[in-house]
Amino acid sequence: MTFKRKKVRDHENLVGYICIAPWLIGFFIFTLMPILTSFYFSFTKYDVISMPEWHGLANYKDIFLTDARFLKSLLVTFKYVFLSVPFRLAFALFVAVLFAQKRKMVGLYRTLFYIPSIIGGSVAVAVMWRQLFGVEGALNAILIKLGLLDNPSSWIGNPKTALWTLIILAAWQFGSPMLIFLAGLKQIPKSFYEAASIDGANRFQQFWRITIPSLTPVIFFNFIMQTISGFMTFTQSYIITEGGPFDSTLLYAQYLFEKAFRFYKMGYGSALAWILLLIIAVFTSLIFKSSSYWVFYESKEN
Amino acid sequence: MKKNNQQMLKSIIYHVSICVLAFFMFYPVLWLIASSFKDTKDLFQNAYQLIPQKVLLSNYVEGWNGFGGISFATFFKNSFFIVIISTVAQVFSSALIAYGFGRVTFIGRKFWFVCMITTLMLPHQVIIIPQYILFGKLDWLNTFLPLIVPSFFGLPFFIFLILQFIYGLPFELDESAKIDGCGKFGIFFRIILPLIKPALITSGIFSFYWKWQDFFGPLLYLQDTKKYTVSLALKMFSDPAAVTNWGAMFAMSVLSLMPAFLIFIIFQKYLVEGISTSGLKG
Repeated sequence: MTFKRKKVRDHENLVGYICIAPWLIGFFIFTLMPILTSFYFSFTKYDVISMPEWHGLANYKDIFLTDARFLKSLLVTFKYVFLSVPFRLAFALFVAVLFAQKRKMVGLYRTLFYIPSIIGGSVAVAVMWRQLFGVEGALNAILIKLGLLDNPSSWIGNPKTALWTLIILAAWQFGSPMLIFLAGLKQIPKSFYEAASIDGANRFQQFWRITIPSLTPVIFFNFIMQTISGFMTFTQSYIITEGGPFDSTLLYAQYLFEKAFRFYKMGYGSALAWILLLIIAVFTSLIFKSSSYWVFYESKEN
Repeated sequence: MKKNNQQMLKSIIYHVSICVLAFFMFYPVLWLIASSFKDTKDLFQNAYQLIPQKVLLSNYVEGWNGFGGISFATFFKNSFFIVIISTVAQVFSSALIAYGFGRVTFIGRKFWFVCMITTLMLPHQVIIIPQYILFGKLDWLNTFLPLIVPSFFGLPFFIFLILQFIYGLPFELDESAKIDGCGKFGIFFRIILPLIKPALITSGIFSFYWKWQDFFGPLLYLQDTKKYTVSLALKMFSDPAAVTNWGAMFAMSVLSLMPAFLIFIIFQKYLVEGISTSGLKG
């Protein structure tokens, strides 16, 4: 009897590992091994052609002590992430609240407003954005027509506005957090609002006292996901601004790409990648830590 | 009666303001489409106008001819080849892996599951350099293999999404199938797979989008113009230093968005529900 049971268990183990085998193999070959190798590379000088050469902490020293562009790209990335994520989430929440009402056509609107997110990451949209905000683009034409602008200037060529064109593009793709907010809004019990309106709370008060606190777990989730992906943004800046003018839109991912794949400084690039990993880890854990102060879970309150 | 009027007014204000918002949001897309039908003079003189003075189809014809003697037909063929194979592979392998995690009890299941979830948060920049070197050692550079092969090993996002769906299916299904003589794999193919169709479709759509729009992968691994995907070709086609035919560039941009757009229209129900229920990012 016990023998048979053991056999069944062995069989289950075997089946389980057969099922997850694709992931397990992929995990070792395409994730775990590369992570460890990249950690090793970060302590070497490596140009792909010759063997990696041990360099100790030299890459990290160079990055932190002498690399001005690293610092610049870090600043640009922080600015990008901490402006684009709140903008995107605020807009997503605003639209979600509009669409949470039970009215005609809301289903259609919801679908329609998701479209920018579907195409937003594509090269075509990046190309479109570049033209839209360019010297001869539509924005300038409209502003001149309205008399708000005398001479056309390139929004992308100006170091003061270039990053903003990328931030607006990021905010434009608010579809996914919007849908997640919508799902969250649907779960807030109607009785909360009924009780509040009996107590005389107006719409505005209801929003701040009921909607926002009830949504904090969803806001938390969206905030984490969007922050992580914000740090990794590449295509948009690569195509729209190419990091310029004067490195004013040099996002971290692009700087890393340049170092590693344009100048083939693989060791240096790996060190940059590890620093990015640490930065993301620190921010994620900070957000997690802070969550006990501002995220309310219903079950906890009892 | 008075109240009814007020409701009506509110409703009108609501719909009108959403339409205004929608106009601002879709202006860039409409502008892109309009521009793809304009001639060069019209493009710059009436930059903001959404209605072309004369609708030209020549931009599409000229754009389709591509560059370097290679037409966009080749680029589209390359893209479809990569995207279809990797989407099918990715969805199927993710489903099998999710089934393993969700329905089979084996030693180390929890440990591996945590490993998988952790990789969800990993910035891909950390693995891209060693991966590039690995593919170089395998002599896979300038082939489609680096873009296709990793798809056969599942994607944590989809595994997680499908898993959530599998958790929602009653265990009694497995039990009764087992009594009927179904093995573990029989249960997967005959019972689970047909039932998780919505999750498979959602994953499939996202896989299609991400692969179709992928720019970094092709930029890294493809050198021959003949092997370019649509996104990489479009980037080269639209290089500010090289562009002369702006209308053609806009036309090809519009075309490159069409597959994603069509899939969205056909499957939008699955997409919206998929994200709302699982919290998957887009």
